[in-house]
Amino acid sequence: MRVSEERLSAASFEDLALPLFDQLYNFAHWLTQDKAEAEDLVQETYAKALGGFSSFQTGTNFRAWMYRILRNSFLSSRTGLKTMVVLDEESSESLPTENATPEVLFLEQVSREMVQEALEGLPVQFREILLLCEVEEMSYQEISETLAIPMGTVMSRLYRARQALRAALRAKMGGQHGM
Amino acid sequence: MACEQWRGDLDRYLDGELAAAESAALAAHLRTCAACAAEVLERVQLKRSIQMAGTRYKASAELRNKITKSVAAKSKSGIARQWRLVFVPALALVVAALVLTVYVGQQRTARQRVYGELVDLHVATLASSTPVDVVSSDRHTVKPWFQGRIPFTFNLPELAGSDFTLVGGRVAYLEQIPSAHLIYQIRKHFISVFILPDRAAEIKSLPSGTADRLSFRMETWTQNGLRYFVVGDTSEQDMRALSKLLRDAG
Repeated sequence: MRVSEERLSAASFEDLALPLFDQLYNFAHWLTQDKAEAEDLVQETYAKALGGFSSFQTGTNFRAWMYRILRNSFLSSRTGLKTMVVLDEESSESLPTENATPEVLFLEQVSREMVQEALEGLPVQFREILLLCEVEEMSYQEISETLAIPMGTVMSRLYRARQALRAALRAKMGGQHGM
Repeated sequence: MACEQWRGDLDRYLDGELAAAESAALAAHLRTCAACAAEVLERVQLKRSIQMAGTRYKASAELRNKITKSVAAKSKSGIARQWRLVFVPALALVVAALVLTVYVGQQRTARQRVYGELVDLHVATLASSTPVDVVSSDRHTVKPWFQGRIPFTFNLPELAGSDFTLVGGRVAYLEQIPSAHLIYQIRKHFISVFILPDRAAEIKSLPSGTADRLSFRMETWTQNGLRYFVVGDTSEQDMRALSKLLRDAG
């Protein structure tokens, strides 16, 4: 969604921003975990984006720009301030390799609800990066722009987020089997 | 040790972040390494389950209206008054575009889901220690084997004179419909062919044509009430050639 100079002058804000509405709302609700707050957040995002549209740099990624506004608004909200946790120092150097056996069978038994609960339970930084990568299908570059973190951190945080989700799912499955 | 070198790249491979050459090298490794292929399968499953679970919340119609209105109103104010004349048709267009976006989005999600399922079946079968239940390169052996196992019949092409060989077949289930799953080989590549009655709504709605997913190629069409899916990681020409053979036979 790179926007060229010519397109921007012709295209109005709504042409670019309205198609993102459903995705932005889904993301906002995941962040806030609350319908009313998510609605406020989306409204605030559109208002801010509309106001700042003239400062939007052509040639940059519009979608990442919108998500960044939404996320920054969330961070400065009360819920955002409360829920953001400080992650350990993230190194962009070599990621650990896994030796655990693949858990294909185990994942087959995991229900959609279980994954949703597990996602809810993750630190918000893990939850958001998983959503941006898997649901929004953003490239690492877009994620890096949205979250304002270096590419190396995108990779290491994604890795850790996936590990955390696996662990959460394993714990849930364990609990279900009374282990 | 060879595998460890790849394991660190698997996520980037599946996220589509590896360079073409690296990606091809890893794909080649996956064809020969069941352990890494199983790792890939697990990761694909995790990705898919997040994808499905993550699409969860739907905004209310009121919020949508409110935002559509406020956005249209604000961008209108700066422009000349005559804009009002086009406001109603423009809004109608925006709404139509939104409806279309939602529709196309839903179509795309259904398509991604079915394609994801096909790729999973393909990868899982190749990773299995017994990929096929009827092992034969003879279509006159493979086709009759399906009798009584699936509720339809189909024709298989004569492969003499082509580079393809038939490895064998098995019964697979797609959208709860029993399907013939055939595995062909060309050089070192395996290609899955799925044949099933074209009656599940989600499958019926898929357009014919080609698609790419996780660097797998896919070709699909409907013929004589049967839906064909060809899934593999070989070249476009190979995929097209095999599809043509199947079409001509069907």
